[in-house]
Amino acid sequence: MITLGFGALNFKLDNIMSILVYTESENGKFKKAALEVVSYAKAIADQMGTSVTAVAVNADNADSLGNYGASKVLSVKNDGLGKFNAKKYAAILEQAAKQEDAKVVVVSSSADSKYLAPLLAVELDAGYVSNVVEAPSSTSPFTVKRTAFTNKAFANTEITTDVKVVGLSNNSFGVIESGGSASVEDFSPSIPESGVSVESIDKATDKVSIADAEIVVSGGRGLKGPENWGMVEELAEVLGAATACSKPVSDLGWRPHSEHVGQTGKPVASNLYIAIGISGAIQHLAGINASKVKVVINTDAEAPFFKAADYGVVGDAFEVVPKLTEKLKAFKAENA
Amino acid sequence: MKILVCISHVPDTTSKINFTDGDTKFDTNGVQFVINPNDEFGLTRAMWFKEKQGASVDVINVGGAETEPTLRKALAIGADTAIRVNTPATDGFSVAKQLANVVKEGGYDLVIAGRESIDYNGGMVPGMLAAMIDANFVANCIGLEVDGTSAKAVREIDGGKETVSTSLPLVIGGQKGLVEESDLRIPNMRGIMMARKKPLNVVEPTDVSAETKSVSFEKPAPKGAVKLVEPDNLDELVNLLHNEAKVI
Repeated sequence: MITLGFGALNFKLDNIMSILVYTESENGKFKKAALEVVSYAKAIADQMGTSVTAVAVNADNADSLGNYGASKVLSVKNDGLGKFNAKKYAAILEQAAKQEDAKVVVVSSSADSKYLAPLLAVELDAGYVSNVVEAPSSTSPFTVKRTAFTNKAFANTEITTDVKVVGLSNNSFGVIESGGSASVEDFSPSIPESGVSVESIDKATDKVSIADAEIVVSGGRGLKGPENWGMVEELAEVLGAATACSKPVSDLGWRPHSEHVGQTGKPVASNLYIAIGISGAIQHLAGINASKVKVVINTDAEAPFFKAADYGVVGDAFEVVPKLTEKLKAFKAENA
Repeated sequence: MKILVCISHVPDTTSKINFTDGDTKFDTNGVQFVINPNDEFGLTRAMWFKEKQGASVDVINVGGAETEPTLRKALAIGADTAIRVNTPATDGFSVAKQLANVVKEGGYDLVIAGRESIDYNGGMVPGMLAAMIDANFVANCIGLEVDGTSAKAVREIDGGKETVSTSLPLVIGGQKGLVEESDLRIPNMRGIMMARKKPLNVVEPTDVSAETKSVSFEKPAPKGAVKLVEPDNLDELVNLLHNEAKVI
């Protein structure tokens, strides 16, 4: 176990406290972000000399979280919680945090986790920092690094309250298998009434969402029209990627608004972002800058995106993209 | 219906981001400030409620006197009254707490905030405010209709959207979708003249301490130059993505 030299001095463990982590699942299966937040919580637990307790709602194989660093899983099984409700889920986590005497609660940056975290922070009188990208640089004072100014900078932020809520930026820490095992306990917290109820959900179930995707393939106005998106989709399919688009493309109605990424659209923090026919306006770059590796394909060598990208191809997307798709297909076949 | 729209005063997107005082403070030198884009979508939706449903629309900012031009712009767009809570915005919690006091005293039915500000991106003020005043809350809100005291809202979720029914009092974290870009209003001369005469009330803050503080800022390490691959050598791109970047 890794313990920092000064850590032990700062924390007197009068009673057993733990790091609590909310692990999201969909149709019973843990999301990748859930495994990442457990890995992250484990790193904090090691720094503070304590252990990780995960909270799972209607998830199968709760014990599998042991492999990522959880020692205990509080498993909630409740048919009334089939649809996410921020107030109800926050109440579950609040009760779990109190039961476990958790001083740190970790959540992901999914839409649902970002929805419940502020509610939870108020209920726990906890300071909350979102978009955190690294393990704490210090646990006393508790200091974390987060993105600010829409990915143009980082802020090292101290949380001064006794209990802390940390929102981890997706894909920033990675999933780390530690090979441990977890005990699973049934957990039956009281569920409050909520004044918000879901009437309908409209979601493409056969596609990777931009938030969950490790790779995002995005198209801009350079593609000339919605009829040309077939090649974007084919490239995305080979890579198991989500498809996205620039703001002009969604404003023109070529693609649905839900695909618009950028400052006023969805944020992207994928491992690989491939921009096709996108010039790279500052508002677009602000929204995608958190992606680790950026590839740009554009006919215009002067497009600002080339300054922000890691790899670039100056060329006609209509020739480059289908060819790249073929090359990747061959690569995947070889490496399968 | 009494609506309060929360307005963050943020650096324009194209601003150069720099820090001063040993990287502990944002350098406002030469920076142009604007209404936070997410808030502007909300304000525009509020104007629709005012014009179609007779709602009253107040705007609020927690900040120093330097934020008043931004509030005046919101008045020029059509808000009735502006409120400035006279204290610097230190963290999301303290801002939510100051807002909560005004909302309780003002008896607002609907509070429209942006899903996040484009400077600190915390995305926590609307949710914290809702919890503090025990109002219903919808995050990432891309559609809102109100009928009497019932409301129907659309929330953007990962991979799609969700329609919810709820009721006033309600807080939303709004964004593009509440209205479209083409619906945004540029204040006209008449609006600007009228805005000068509209009330901008400065209220003193209550005693609240922050729960988080940014101790220092840093900028990402400068990026290396882009590696260009010839369009007829895409095997090289595949190779780089696999062996160098290790992303495929």
